[in-house]
Amino acid sequence: MTAVLDNSAKFAEYAHPEVLVSTDWVAANKDLPGVVIVESDEDVLLYETGHIPGAVKIDWHTDLNDPVTRDYVDGQAFAKLLSRSGISRDTTVVIYGDKSNWWAAYALWVFKLFGHPDVRLLDGGRETWISEGRELTREVTSVEPAEYPVVERQDAKIRAFRDDVLKHFGNPLIDVRSAVEYSGERTHMPDYPDEGALRGGHIPSAKSVPWARAAGEHGVFKSRAELEAIYLDEIGLKATDQVIAYCRIGERSSHTWFVLNYLLGLPGVRNYDGSWTEWGSLVGVPIVKGNEPGPVPAKR
Amino acid sequence: MTEQLASVAALIEDFTSLGVKDRLMLLLEFSDNLPELPVRYADHPDLLERVEECQSPIFLFVEVDEQNTVHLFFTAPAEAPTTRGFASVLHEALDGKKAEEVLSVSEDFPNQLALAEAVSPLRMNGMRAMLRRIQRQVAEKSA
Repeated sequence: MTAVLDNSAKFAEYAHPEVLVSTDWVAANKDLPGVVIVESDEDVLLYETGHIPGAVKIDWHTDLNDPVTRDYVDGQAFAKLLSRSGISRDTTVVIYGDKSNWWAAYALWVFKLFGHPDVRLLDGGRETWISEGRELTREVTSVEPAEYPVVERQDAKIRAFRDDVLKHFGNPLIDVRSAVEYSGERTHMPDYPDEGALRGGHIPSAKSVPWARAAGEHGVFKSRAELEAIYLDEIGLKATDQVIAYCRIGERSSHTWFVLNYLLGLPGVRNYDGSWTEWGSLVGVPIVKGNEPGPVPAKR
Repeated sequence: MTEQLASVAALIEDFTSLGVKDRLMLLLEFSDNLPELPVRYADHPDLLERVEECQSPIFLFVEVDEQNTVHLFFTAPAEAPTTRGFASVLHEALDGKKAEEVLSVSEDFPNQLALAEAVSPLRMNGMRAMLRRIQRQVAEKSA
């Protein structure tokens, strides 16, 4: 049982229009059975200050990351989380959030690690909803718990580990961090806390495309033509390329993963969530400093 | 061991006596009640110190008056409720206290609120940084 698609002309141009919905769609469909709206933000309290009526919250730190191992939750924990969020395997899940859907895209990527069939983003996220003067509420959403099956994560298709990156050299890598992180001037985002990396710079041969270039006003995705101008014309990606995207801990690159995978339809795009906090501290891996991608290392 | 400041002890008690969910709700309450910036700072953002370690922009200003009493001022956007909440808790704990009392507060205070489980350990870095910056400014201004 899948909810109707959003047939907006803008979405129809993307390779996979079925993964996006508009604010109008959410307003019209959010209370239908089989539809659950999820808010996922950077700030753990933002949902509580006001959310789309009926939406539930899933937090990237406290819900999606394993509290002990540096990894995502396992099938058991994911099933528990989704069950208490009122989501079953055939639910249409629509995720929205702050900061141009940066964290929403990350949550969607984790949903896809578990192969949840129908999960979409609200184009423009929280900011667009608010900019249109739509209703927010602090009312606690009452959730009818659902039965979500225990499904084990399938990492291989959309997630890259460091060994995958070493084997990937010669294929395109996209670094989605800020220019100063890419050059190695600093190891974390300006104005953000430092999770720590021992070296500054980027993975050799990676091209720099800061993630937010894919977002337009109020955080909506740019049109397909605009995205192609950036990723295909300017960066030189080809429609058949296998791409790995990374950032600092894999959240910003989820946004780029979403764009390359669903909006441009590139095959086999993976997100390297170990990202710079891992690569920048790994013993013996090659690094390039400065603004140039640098030479392509031999595959290992 | 030095005795804990009463306001600090009370806040630790308030937070730790609650379940994880309610702890977050209490932080929201603090966030909602962060005092407005007085006009003299609202008009002079250059006087405020930015807390770089915080994920969201927050600025703070510390005054130590002739009686050696500390006054704290913060400003952070509504879109950063967690950061506002941290600032508001520190305001409740430290505003109106003597400089030496503020300096006596353990750097471990943010950890003792048991918020890490509710907001994640990483997010607590911002609150620890805020406390460090307040204590540094108090030390400079009361010297």
